[in-house]
Amino acid sequence: MILEPRKIDKIVKSGFYIQAIFAVGLLFAIVAIVVIRGVPHISVRFIFFEPIDMGREGGIFPTIVSTAILAIFSLLLATPLGVGTAIFLTEYTKRPPIIRVIRFGVESLAGIPSIIYGLFGFIFFVVKLKMGWSALAGILTMTIMILPTIIRTTEEAILAVPKNLRLVSYSLGATKWETIKKVVLPTASPGILTGIMLSLGRTVGETAAVIFTMGSSLRMPHSLSESGRTMAVHFYILAREGISLEKAYATALVLILSTLLINVSAYYIMHGIVKRRMR
Amino acid sequence: MPGTERVKVTKERWIKGLFSVFAFSSLFFLLLIFAFILFEGIPLFQKMGIGHIITGTKWAPTKGHFGIMPMIISSFLITIGALIVGGPLGLSCAIFLSEYAGKRTRLVLKPSLELLAGIPSVVYGFLGVVYIVPAIREILGGPGFSLLAGSIILGVMILPTIVSISFDAVRSVPDAYREGSYAMGATKWQTIYRIVIPSAKSGILAGFILGMGRAIGETMAVIMVAGNALKIPSSILDPVRTLTSNIALELAYATGDHRLGLFSTGVVLLIIIMILNYIANFGIRRRLIR
Repeated sequence: MILEPRKIDKIVKSGFYIQAIFAVGLLFAIVAIVVIRGVPHISVRFIFFEPIDMGREGGIFPTIVSTAILAIFSLLLATPLGVGTAIFLTEYTKRPPIIRVIRFGVESLAGIPSIIYGLFGFIFFVVKLKMGWSALAGILTMTIMILPTIIRTTEEAILAVPKNLRLVSYSLGATKWETIKKVVLPTASPGILTGIMLSLGRTVGETAAVIFTMGSSLRMPHSLSESGRTMAVHFYILAREGISLEKAYATALVLILSTLLINVSAYYIMHGIVKRRMR
Repeated sequence: MPGTERVKVTKERWIKGLFSVFAFSSLFFLLLIFAFILFEGIPLFQKMGIGHIITGTKWAPTKGHFGIMPMIISSFLITIGALIVGGPLGLSCAIFLSEYAGKRTRLVLKPSLELLAGIPSVVYGFLGVVYIVPAIREILGGPGFSLLAGSIILGVMILPTIVSISFDAVRSVPDAYREGSYAMGATKWQTIYRIVIPSAKSGILAGFILGMGRAIGETMAVIMVAGNALKIPSSILDPVRTLTSNIALELAYATGDHRLGLFSTGVVLLIIIMILNYIANFGIRRRLIR
């Protein structure tokens, strides 16, 4: 049987529709399952109380604190480093070999899987620098891991700043740094913020690189030299060791909602720039 | 005011110096990571011989066996499985978004698909354990924790990578190519199949390879669903242990040569990843130049 090209065209078209709907359906199914099965087990107590009996009872408060510590300090270190790198690449150096070699470093870091970061953080920070399983070791490991994201988004944002803005600033007698500080960075700030949000999402959801550096102590962390268990690590342990299915779903709900919220806002910040640029 | 002028010039110089130090930090971190993984991973290769580790089929580190061949094979099989699950679906989504979807549909669908990338990998692993593993056990038999379960989960996880890079590739095919094809009386599907996909080939390939890189490097989700058995799988329903799982399962308690063996596993993984990334970047760059 030979089908007419027009008929094939129609069949193919509906095939593409079905596949696209299926793929998006997957996302909604994942979120829906976690929400439906997590909501009954979530409460104010769950968020703000300490876990009891390895997480079988009680809440997840210390894991939220650990996650916040890890995310805030990693971003505090990675943001200046990453933004500085992007400024150097876009504003200060014009020599292709230098740009190429730095960009090679950034691209390679971006491609390294998180378990390798875990392996490196474990041997370097935890063992060789004798930090032990600690928030500090986790923070330093995550700083390196999120650096490429911040560099790349900042670079793109800076490259999108119109050249005229810089020329006007120079013509008013501003120096290079003054121009960057007062013209380039403020104009590029939504893009930089997107990079920060994406990195935040990555830190909150990361497990492999964190579990071998920050450890998995369930106690409330009081200093950076103490071990802590992030939400993602806690969820992994709850699920893998079969401690409590209800608590696992409830933790998954908090985890998935926070990462989705972070990523959606990253998207909208980015979207805002695109709109402005087109105007 | 010549004084302030000089201060300004000095300040400018300091700032440039500081940023150049920042810029080279990425390179420094990369070297540091390589140095420490290699420094810990190479000694065992020297002691046991490269052949013993790469082609050895027995992993019993406390008894002096460090063969990781089953894990290398499993890693590749699970990655190919992920590509079979996620590759065609991802490419279809990219083609749909670029060629069929209206502007408004695209504005909703594309970010939704990208959000799949924001879901933590442990959540994928967990849902795999709760839904995919029992389904495989009941429908197809076997333990459920399997190569197949790992491939399905990884296939979904690499979907966003494949969609977004293939989409860029398909989008960057000039409209003149399509119009030329329509002018000759070709239908939409003929145009996509004969003109658009071949023109976007290198970019699509780059997306697939980056997806492979992500799949082969993924750890936690795979540990949860793939079963972690130490043998070369003979069917897709067999449990498997990948290179990444091997490291993550044993690192917490390994000491001495055992720990070195995990770093040797890391060396092999790192080399595979670097090769994949190199090929992918080559594909993307070629597309950009064209």
